Amino acid sequence: MSAGGEALRIEGLHKSFGALEVLRGIDLTVAAHEVVCLIGSSGSGKSTLLRCINLLEPIDAGRVVVEGEDITAPGVEVDRIRRKIGIVFQAFNLFPHMSVLGNVTLAPRKVLKRSRAEAEDEADALLARFGLADKRHEYPDRLSGGQQQRVAIIRALAMRPSVLLLDEVTSALDPELVAEVLDVVRELAAGGMTMLIATHEMGFARDIAHRVGFLDAGRILEQGPPSEILSAPKEPRTRQFLQRIIQAGRL
Amino acid sequence: MRGSRRRSIAIAAVSSVAFLAAIGFAIVNAPGWPRVRDSFFNLEVFAESWPVMLRSFGVNVQLFLIAEVLILGWALVIAVLRSTPGPVFFPIRVLAMVYVDVFRALPGILVIFILGFGVPALRLPGVPRDPFFWAVVALVLLYSAYVSEVYRAGIESVHPSQTAAARSLGLGQLQALRYVVLPQAVRRVIPPLLNDFIGLQKDTVLVSFLGTVDLFNRAQIRQSATFNYTPYLVAALIFLVLTIPLARLTDWLVARDARQRAVTGGVR
Repeated sequence: MSAGGEALRIEGLHKSFGALEVLRGIDLTVAAHEVVCLIGSSGSGKSTLLRCINLLEPIDAGRVVVEGEDITAPGVEVDRIRRKIGIVFQAFNLFPHMSVLGNVTLAPRKVLKRSRAEAEDEADALLARFGLADKRHEYPDRLSGGQQQRVAIIRALAMRPSVLLLDEVTSALDPELVAEVLDVVRELAAGGMTMLIATHEMGFARDIAHRVGFLDAGRILEQGPPSEILSAPKEPRTRQFLQRIIQAGRL
Repeated sequence: MRGSRRRSIAIAAVSSVAFLAAIGFAIVNAPGWPRVRDSFFNLEVFAESWPVMLRSFGVNVQLFLIAEVLILGWALVIAVLRSTPGPVFFPIRVLAMVYVDVFRALPGILVIFILGFGVPALRLPGVPRDPFFWAVVALVLLYSAYVSEVYRAGIESVHPSQTAAARSLGLGQLQALRYVVLPQAVRRVIPPLLNDFIGLQKDTVLVSFLGTVDLFNRAQIRQSATFNYTPYLVAALIFLVLTIPLARLTDWLVARDARQRAVTGGVR
């Protein structure tokens, strides 16, 4: 762990897609064992930010520092960096041609060079912990959306990342399946997992987050404890956004 | 429901038999029929031709099997090279593209002649002169161009989010291709691959132009020996017996694939 127990630091991050500037200077720090939720309307740049942190998108300017190492410096070996940062996607992105066990053990076996037995033992332990032990031989298309997303989280955890990024992990789920996925995330938070979470679930953010950041037009407009940001925001844009959420009945 | 189904099957059967009988009757009673029968369907020639022809067909089968294995490998290499990302690999992509363009454009017989007659005529030391060898090379070059495009379509049909998921777990570019993209891509293109192999099966007769005695060449030899065209019909029959089951298998795989997609609501 680096000085100050800092897990992730983002400095002046800029990202454009063609003429469209999606991120306009993001500064954000996540301490070890901290849970930070990013809120904001669609298109505010939440997903792009997470993809940039995981180097899935090249950045235009700024730095991303993970455990004291600048991962955006030229010549950094991206595959090694990605092992430290897990990401879970909105659409699960499980590998449809592999069983649950295959999905979870692929990266430990091929990247960390674990033996099959070793990787499967670890996978089984994780599957059991999250109530999916009986699904180890199922293929993704035989699982419910909630189960698929839990498998995707386990797949990311199997690499023992020091930071986990969750990109609207419940947005593609039927309402009755949201709870089982959020419960998994709650358990991870209770276990001290460092997480940066983009979400539309304001109630969940209030419960779980140590800090909430409101993203608007590519900038973090304000951030602070959930009680402050979600109940008494300073910025008019944040108030507007929360007003719309309340009208939609999601807070 | 079941009764009406059985009824439709019965009607289809009776109608087919009656229809075929009518055609058969018309042909057999046509004025030129005896001459056609003697020339194309001569049982005597058939009986003495088919064993030796079937043996010659071994050349085609051998050619097909060797070429097919090489094509599956070489075409995959071309497809992967053509799918490489980034500006560094630009020349490689162009090279692969030119290869595909050239060998899809050339008539097969032209390539066979250039390689089979032209290259041995150079009398370069160490260069094989065996026509069978050059037939294999020609077929591999030609068919790999088609098959690599089939592979590439498969690779491109796998959603980029699959690669993103693989890379996010720390898998490298090649590992993501090898373990995540290609297995899904190949599975999806098996029906069109089989389709190309039906074409390859037939094009093995091109080797006969280099003087190798394959099924087609044997048919010509038998035809000149007997002054009868039945050997050609025997050759046709042999190809039919081999190709039609492959065509039905392809149809079945396509139908199964469509059913699976309908059940799972498409593959992500």
